[in-house]
Amino acid sequence: MDTLRVMIVDDEDDFRETIVKRLNARKILAEGAASGVKALEVLETKDFDVIVLDVKMPDMDGIETLRHIKKLKPEIEVIMLTGHASVEFGLKGMQLGAFDYVMKPAPLNELLDTIGQAYNKKRGLIH
Amino acid sequence: MERNYRKLWWRNCLAIICFSVIPLLFVNFSLYLLFDRIYTEKVKETLLSSVENQKNTIDLFFNERIAQLYTVANTNTFEELTDESSLNKIFDVMHAKSTSYIDIGMIDNEGNHLAYVGPYYNLLKTVNYKNELWFRAVKTHGVYVSDIFMGYRHAPHLIIALMVKERNTSWILRVTINIENINDIVHKSWTGKLNDAFLVNRENMLQTLPRFGGDFLEHPTYHDFSSTAATKVERRVFRGTDTFYAAAPLDNTKWVLVIKESPDELLSPLQEGINWALFFTTLGLVIIATGAALFTNTLIDRIKKTDRENAAKSDMLLQASKMIALSKMAAGIAHEVNNPLASIAERAGWMKDLLADQDIAGNEIFAEFNESVDKIEQHVDRARKIIRNLLGFARRGEPATGIININNLLDETTGFLENEARQLNIRIEKRYADNIPVITSDLSQIQQVVLNLLNNAIDAIEHNGTVTVTTRYLEKTDEVEIDVADTGKGIAENELNKVFDPFFTTKEVGKGTGLGLSISYSIIEKLGGKIRVQSKVGEGTVFTILLPKQ
Repeated sequence: MDTLRVMIVDDEDDFRETIVKRLNARKILAEGAASGVKALEVLETKDFDVIVLDVKMPDMDGIETLRHIKKLKPEIEVIMLTGHASVEFGLKGMQLGAFDYVMKPAPLNELLDTIGQAYNKKRGLIH
Repeated sequence: MERNYRKLWWRNCLAIICFSVIPLLFVNFSLYLLFDRIYTEKVKETLLSSVENQKNTIDLFFNERIAQLYTVANTNTFEELTDESSLNKIFDVMHAKSTSYIDIGMIDNEGNHLAYVGPYYNLLKTVNYKNELWFRAVKTHGVYVSDIFMGYRHAPHLIIALMVKERNTSWILRVTINIENINDIVHKSWTGKLNDAFLVNRENMLQTLPRFGGDFLEHPTYHDFSSTAATKVERRVFRGTDTFYAAAPLDNTKWVLVIKESPDELLSPLQEGINWALFFTTLGLVIIATGAALFTNTLIDRIKKTDRENAAKSDMLLQASKMIALSKMAAGIAHEVNNPLASIAERAGWMKDLLADQDIAGNEIFAEFNESVDKIEQHVDRARKIIRNLLGFARRGEPATGIININNLLDETTGFLENEARQLNIRIEKRYADNIPVITSDLSQIQQVVLNLLNNAIDAIEHNGTVTVTTRYLEKTDEVEIDVADTGKGIAENELNKVFDPFFTTKEVGKGTGLGLSISYSIIEKLGGKIRVQSKVGEGTVFTILLPKQ
């Protein structure tokens, strides 16, 4: 129950899989989804605390996925993952309810920090 | 593609000239025609009145002669007239005051000479005129004036005959008229140098001697006016030249008085007028041509100037669109590169995670692995920084505006580089104006630009030199001017307009990206200012930034 559950949504397979591995090595329950559509499918059956969401994806992009997530499971905190060119998307995401945005490539520590903060916020809400 | 200025010059000049010259010539020509017509009419009028006057004089002459003859015939008896000695006396009286008579004779009904006084006595005394034309004419009409004829005396002469009816018989008094007198009257019409006047009869035979050729009873060399019924003036071509003729039929005889005038003489004032008109027209043409040339010069100069300005503007537009295209490309590249970088970073991180679990203290291979992974992470970091710089170039974020004291900002910025400059023996000199107002702008961006310029200045000098930072307030345009001058190697003239191009650098490979100045340029432009450069090879370079107060 208290284990942090994180979903990583990013279309860069190698990147996504490596982060999932690293998070798992740090005793975080991490899972990956290759696209916004896949992520929403998973969400129907599973719950997560924090979702790390890439902004620029083919088919459904990060912003739209964010909208759906917030409609489906609004209690989940979302962190936007942006490249420099898509800073505006990150800001937009925050307007739509994302917790924060992190710029790629981000050192894992930074990402972990932000995930931690998001988790705390979520727990603060619930507890 | 450059306009053909020569062709444009000629087309414009010729167009102006044509539009000016054609109306000018048209007006001049119309005026000439009008003037010609009016003057010619005047000349014809004068000629008409002249011929009328002459004709009247000649008619008067004949009237007088006939009257005189009538007087003689009716104031003397038949006996007095047929007695030759008394006829002589009568003739002397007639002859005394007038040279018009050559002889006088009395002729009977049958045509015989009853009496004769004159130079042809022997010749004519015995002549019978019964079959002569004039004899029969005078019997019919009572008075007869003849044409010039040779007669028995074989010399051109003219007679006037008068028939007198007395009781049951009739006789004829006849005089021969001195044709010199008539000639003299006609000769009075000879005015100027080229005109002529003469009398012709119905058969176009000369009754007087013309000025230029022809004898009595010959045809004149001119046109035939012998059938003229009413006084008229005509303009004809005689021997290739334009000629005026006036013809008037006499009342007393069936003759026609012809006056021939040369228009050249008559119309010489017109010709003079034409000459003046031509002179002024030519002058006008010269003035028009000169004016057209000068005006066209001005026009072409203005067109050239506008063309140059347009070319410069389109160059600037091209530059701007290059920048935009480049920034889009940069953004695309950056994002593309970010993804593999992110993956590399994560993989390296994962390797570190795995190595951390192992006991690597003594194992050389693990140590090497560890170091390599560290290095990989370092280089990824380097790459990230470069990408970030590159994206700074493409960034379209909102600027953060604030109130800035330029002099303070410059102090701060030069402070960053003072150490580095001192080590290279480069002096940073500051010349700030006192009256610089505070401006509203983005502090960090201006600082970025100033840093860029200072760095460039230091790089240009290499070592031993001076960087001078000057500030000035331009009241007229309400702008703050910042100059960064260096005593470095300068920029060649043909490279001067490329310095703001992206990726343009004079530094060695690896020492500069060539992006600093193009980023600075786009920052300053976005802040509403201007950035310029001046340079002289061997002496140094000055970069000037102009910032508006707002």
